[in-house]
Amino acid sequence: MHGLASKRVAGAVIAAAALAACIPQAKPKPGAIRINENPYPSTYRAYPGAVTVIRNATILDGEGGRIEAGTVVLADGKVQAVGGADIAAPAGAYEIDAAGRYVTPGIIDVHSHLGDYPSPGTASHSDGNEATSPARPEVWAEHSVWPQDPGFSRALANGGVTSLQILPGSANLFGGRSVTLKNVPARTMQGMKFPGAPYGLKMACGENPKRVYGGKGQMPATRMGNIAYVRQTWAKAQEYRRKWRKYETAGGEIPARDLAMDTLRGVLDGKILIHNHCYRADEMAIMIDVAKEFGYKIASFQHGVEAYKVADLMRENGICGALWADWYGFKMESYDAINENIAFVHNAGACAIVHSDDPNGIQRLNQEAAKAMAAGRRAGINISEEVAWTWLSANPARSLGIFDQTGSLKPGKMADVVLWNGNPFSAYTRPERVWIDGTLLYDAANPRLRPVSDFELGQPGEGDVK
Amino acid sequence: MTRLALIAAALLASAAPLTAQTVAIVNGTVALGDGSEPIQGGTVVVRDGRVLAAGANVAVPGGAEVIDASGKWVTPGIVAGFSRLGLAEVDLGAEGSDDTETRNSPFGAALDVAPAINPMASTIAVSRADGVTRAVVAPVAGRSIFAGQGAVIDTGADMEAVVKSRVFQFVEMGEGGAERAGGSRASTFALFRNALREAAQLGRNVGPLTVGGDTPDARTRPVVQNPNESRLYTTDVRRGDDVLLNRFDAAALVPVLRGNQLLLVHVERARDILNVLDLKREFPNLKLALVGVTEGWLVADRIAQSGVWVIASALNDLPASFEMLGATQSNVGRMRNAGVKVAIGMIDDNDTRYVRNQRQYAGNLVALTKVPGASGVSWSEAFAMISSRPAEAVGLGREIGSLAAGRRGDVVIWSGDPLDLASAAEAVWIDGVRQPLDNHQTKLRDRYRSLDRQTLPEAYRK
Repeated sequence: MHGLASKRVAGAVIAAAALAACIPQAKPKPGAIRINENPYPSTYRAYPGAVTVIRNATILDGEGGRIEAGTVVLADGKVQAVGGADIAAPAGAYEIDAAGRYVTPGIIDVHSHLGDYPSPGTASHSDGNEATSPARPEVWAEHSVWPQDPGFSRALANGGVTSLQILPGSANLFGGRSVTLKNVPARTMQGMKFPGAPYGLKMACGENPKRVYGGKGQMPATRMGNIAYVRQTWAKAQEYRRKWRKYETAGGEIPARDLAMDTLRGVLDGKILIHNHCYRADEMAIMIDVAKEFGYKIASFQHGVEAYKVADLMRENGICGALWADWYGFKMESYDAINENIAFVHNAGACAIVHSDDPNGIQRLNQEAAKAMAAGRRAGINISEEVAWTWLSANPARSLGIFDQTGSLKPGKMADVVLWNGNPFSAYTRPERVWIDGTLLYDAANPRLRPVSDFELGQPGEGDVK
Repeated sequence: MTRLALIAAALLASAAPLTAQTVAIVNGTVALGDGSEPIQGGTVVVRDGRVLAAGANVAVPGGAEVIDASGKWVTPGIVAGFSRLGLAEVDLGAEGSDDTETRNSPFGAALDVAPAINPMASTIAVSRADGVTRAVVAPVAGRSIFAGQGAVIDTGADMEAVVKSRVFQFVEMGEGGAERAGGSRASTFALFRNALREAAQLGRNVGPLTVGGDTPDARTRPVVQNPNESRLYTTDVRRGDDVLLNRFDAAALVPVLRGNQLLLVHVERARDILNVLDLKREFPNLKLALVGVTEGWLVADRIAQSGVWVIASALNDLPASFEMLGATQSNVGRMRNAGVKVAIGMIDDNDTRYVRNQRQYAGNLVALTKVPGASGVSWSEAFAMISSRPAEAVGLGREIGSLAAGRRGDVVIWSGDPLDLASAAEAVWIDGVRQPLDNHQTKLRDRYRSLDRQTLPEAYRK
């Protein structure tokens, strides 16, 4: 461990020297060495797409807006215009008459393990939990992502998912960094990495960490152990941050590099977003207090099965709830699930998100939103389709820090778009076409526009509709 | 009818005059559940716990409670085609609440889920509130490939959940079976053959097996009525030298061997399916039905030819394991098109508590009819796949699953099309008895509608 850390420090020194290479012989100034915060940069580049005009569609813009018989113009990878029938088509545009159909922003799943727990789910593919210590903020989910997971294509073709956050698992209190991907097949993880998306850090409350480590006879074995371990870890992170800040402002000895602490420091500096797996209301309230104690912010509670009990706290603290429509009872902390959870959280003024945490569920997030919307309506909360779609695009994008680039159909944003063959809140509806950055990557009518992962080549049903 | 079922029926009968109303539901869109088209403005009449009549131009008997279902849909209750409903309250970390699996039991085939089913389980109440009225319930295989004997239950709010016990023996013969048999499919088949041979041998050596007491009549019956209550009668206690099964497990397989009890086989891979169908050559009396069957479309003609029922996972489309490489959502539609008899079940996937999602999945199968190159099913067939087809697959098609006259009075009024995500069950009858639809979840919903501080804590809101 120590040897590895030393090598990393040496690497950082060399990198800094190389940056300064234009001044021969120059030594870095005291305090000038910076940790490279982006050593695995995105190499994603959009593929060329045709200038496209979609007309006569019911448009849900993802921010709560709705246009009947609307027009969307896609060009140069961006949404160019969204509006009514009067919008003119650019010269040479490919026009689609979408009468009777819906256009929405692509769905963003903020909780996926695709690539980290790919199909087939064999032990040799099980790369989602570094369950070797309760705190592993040093691991990055992106280093486990297998881009050939066939699940990516199912999420695209059946689910209309255009971006997704891959989280490490919840065995650990600190599970590691997340990565946000564009759902475009690539040979490498970097080739899918969402340009400029901030990192997230997965934290977990409750049963999982105490079960995994308590089962090994080590801390944490209880919920109080969970919190103690979390607080001690943050206390170390604060100290690490102080040392580096001191070095960066006043120079002196370079502090030892600690990858785990780098991640936590990123959180304390507001650069890395916390996505906190928590089910129970009481635990969410405690995690909010932990965040205040150590001076960081929680971007989202993931799963939040009891979020409806503390939706006011979530609103007051600006925390999104990434929730299931109707999962319940699979463990004690999910026993109090209700079908109205998403609607109640939304109704309380907090940011609600529909998430999957599942390679099958990710193919039906639109339907999960539909169930949540319907449950809300039955409980007297009248949620419109256009507002419910914010749970699938704008709110997820906000919680991931990418809303300036995607998550709604606004001019200048990435042209991440789904054309549905009917009302996307119906079980009878499927994606008809999906564009990512303006490139048509799925077309139900065109068998050539259907990704086939390396794993599936030569296997039964290769290239099938799946 | 088995003795337990007779007792259950007697209990129901004694309770019936108090609770089973004569109900006529009029003006609804009626889906009979048998694969026919929905009927506009139809009527459903339930009397004495059974369907009296359903369809267009049905007369309302005098004295019936008349319910106007204008704008609503009326259907038979949903039948969960394969589930673990009622066997577990919570799956993980809640010791004592989970009776699905018997990893530490010395028994396999002899196990009977009936006494493990808890009619008061929250999973049953939640499923009932979503219009699920009956369920096929199977045990999870423990150490043996033979999981034991499954039941058909109702979800009624009473203590008598089991409609019929020991409806089938459930066996794992794919990857799961291989693991339990010692590591390979080869060992699964060796174990299976040996088990049936021991059953045959036991049958020969000990003669007829009987129920409970020792009446001569019972002793001459060729079928084990209830292996859990059976006593082995013989003056000759010899068995073969290479006995692997304990006596109860061997006895439980006698009715399987003789074709008196359905053998439900979980199998996913195309070749595994054929291997199972081939068992009929060796054991001609076996009465088979297949469960799972993700790669069924690859051998659909052969399955159709065999005439066996398939209780399929509806939407498996990921190569989740090496026995599912050919997974596609078109599997069900393709099998159906090839003439396979198909019902929908939840196999090893949320099978304890998400049986209510069967109607969503059925709707998704309809959606596939609009996808070029895909195979879906019609609305009517999709609905039958979650009502009458599962009942038929386990031999209870004449009792439950449709609104044909004489069927048990399981009726649901839906706010709209039951395969539509926006629709909800508004009223549910089981055996003609109107059911409560509230449960743990609805009560939590009502308690937390408002988070405003009131004069007393939330715990005082009921």
